[in-house]
Amino acid sequence: MKKALDFLLWIFRSASGHELLFKGITTLILASGSVLILIPFLYMISTSLKDPAQIRSDSSSLIPRKPKMVEVNGNLEPLYEVTLDGVTREMALVKKIPDGLGQFVDPARTDVIHELKINEQKQLYRWDVHWENYPEAIGAMPFWRYLGNTLIVTFVGMAGMLFSCSLVAYGFSRFRARWLNILFLLLLSTIMLPSQVRLIPVYILFQKLGWINTLLPLIVPQFFANAYDVFLLRQFFMTIPLELDDAAKIDGANPLQTLLYVILPQARPALVSVGIFHFLYAWNDFYEPLIFLHTRENWTLAVGLQTFDAIYTVNTHLIMAVSVLMIVPPILLFFFSQRIFTQGVVFTGIKG
Amino acid sequence: MSLPSFRKMSLARREALAGYAFVVPWIIGFLIFTIGPMLASLYFSFTKYNIIDPPQWIGLANYQKAFSGIWDVIRTGDPRQFKDPLFWKALQVTIYYASIALPLNLAFSFFLAVLLNQKVRGINIWRTIYFLPSIIAGVAVTLLWVRILNPRVGVLNPFLKDVIGIQNPPGWLADPEWAIPALVIMSLWSVGGSMIIYLAGLQGVPTDLYDAAKVDGANAWQRFWNVTFPMMTPVIFYNLVLGMIATFQYFTQVYVATSSSLGGLGSPQHATLFYNVYLYQNAFRYFDMGYASTLAWILFIIVLILTALIFRSSDTWVYYEGQLKGRG
Repeated sequence: MKKALDFLLWIFRSASGHELLFKGITTLILASGSVLILIPFLYMISTSLKDPAQIRSDSSSLIPRKPKMVEVNGNLEPLYEVTLDGVTREMALVKKIPDGLGQFVDPARTDVIHELKINEQKQLYRWDVHWENYPEAIGAMPFWRYLGNTLIVTFVGMAGMLFSCSLVAYGFSRFRARWLNILFLLLLSTIMLPSQVRLIPVYILFQKLGWINTLLPLIVPQFFANAYDVFLLRQFFMTIPLELDDAAKIDGANPLQTLLYVILPQARPALVSVGIFHFLYAWNDFYEPLIFLHTRENWTLAVGLQTFDAIYTVNTHLIMAVSVLMIVPPILLFFFSQRIFTQGVVFTGIKG
Repeated sequence: MSLPSFRKMSLARREALAGYAFVVPWIIGFLIFTIGPMLASLYFSFTKYNIIDPPQWIGLANYQKAFSGIWDVIRTGDPRQFKDPLFWKALQVTIYYASIALPLNLAFSFFLAVLLNQKVRGINIWRTIYFLPSIIAGVAVTLLWVRILNPRVGVLNPFLKDVIGIQNPPGWLADPEWAIPALVIMSLWSVGGSMIIYLAGLQGVPTDLYDAAKVDGANAWQRFWNVTFPMMTPVIFYNLVLGMIATFQYFTQVYVATSSSLGGLGSPQHATLFYNVYLYQNAFRYFDMGYASTLAWILFIIVLILTALIFRSSDTWVYYEGQLKGRG
């Protein structure tokens, strides 16, 4: 008792006690918040492993399970953990009677019937995991086609973005010219431009080119640089010492060679960061694929999944299975590149 | 006039030309995909255009369609006087959502970032968890939330009823009054994006400022309000401007949640008819490209005005280190 009191006094009086208290509260808030964050994820995964009957009758359970059944007089009855006279035993519920009561029997001695309140007893469950939901969901839609389209859009677009943004960022970081500053401000201002104001003519342009319902409208614009990634790369290029450029110049390198052999190898972390951000953006993008792709065989996963939901809404288990498949690659990528996100190596690169 | 050869040019001119050459990809893209289309959509906004037939000049008719009736509505208080009531509904929905979601998101993500900037055990795990939802934002997550929030078969309402004891939990996305709050909850779940920007900002606050404040006898609370908060105002400003623009682009969640529902896109009763959803409907469902362009330009002008207002107000609340140095 005395010790506990001393401890409390130490916490409230001393500076290091305050710090401990503060850290404790912080951890407590963070932990309870992360439960709120994680429960929807767990719900998604568990729903994807249930069968429709489980979703109907036991939707709030985070474990894919079914009631444990036992045979009593030739019928299958649900099994409960029953506390009788201080002893816990497993009994089957054979009949529900009014007032929330039920008739329980010991499967080994079916002649003795106990009438007990049902909700005071603990129903027993067994795991019942439906992995077959995954192959079924994949088979119910052209999943591999969607995945292929998504990968093409994501990675060809990424290559185009890295290529064009490196060139442009190099131009904006290493050369002095009167108009370059104005052009750079113009570039930055496009971050704040709502894309709708150019969307319709761009759509009409692609239509005139015959590109609607192909992947080209999602890929080709990436080859013309974008403000976010140019800005991030430029900021990084500026931190690379100019002496390296000068050394290359003395060795007879032209500006393009300097970019290729000096700047880009130095800028690997920045290139990886913008590459990852681009992956997340292109993988999750729904708006543009929805507008530009009209037939099933050209859809990306995002559009394919939404349409799958529109057709199979009642098959929650299948839709959650595809949803899980769709969030796995970003999560894997995220875990392999955590430092980039959590340490804020590049922070303004979240595309809107 | 012949162009001087590259070799004979002055060093400065050569440098300038090389610089321009490297930014050419962006200049071309800017002309083809930004400034050209912007001017084209300005032109389309004065036309009747369905893509198949050539655009037909109709002057201000599209703008009149959007705005006409406003004086009658102000005079009589009867919203049926609007010529295009859905335009006003879309504006109202967007502003309503922004007025709840933006402040909550800004405060919430700031609060989280401050917590995640503390030196507690396992901080990287906490950061990972809180950032996780924002990297998968989109269709899959919306489909998940639609199911969680479903008033008949979802899991949230049974929880509210049985555990918290709310007798009549709301119908969320099925209820016109609760659809927007439901979307706000979804957005709060994935605040990680703006949180990580705050976190980077917090890590950039020079530690000598805290040391100086400590020497002056400031406690933790005072250090937060007099050092951390002022240093973070530029980041709050950045998140506010980009968050405002993102609200006017809000689309995917509404489309996924409502397009296959009974009431259709923007349901129930147009409660989720966001501005961008209405624009999409006009452009790609009715193929009224003229009116959709008008909507796009009205949106652009609204965003410009709001951005200008936020920039204007920033003088009074955003602190830039450079300013003080300039004065002192």
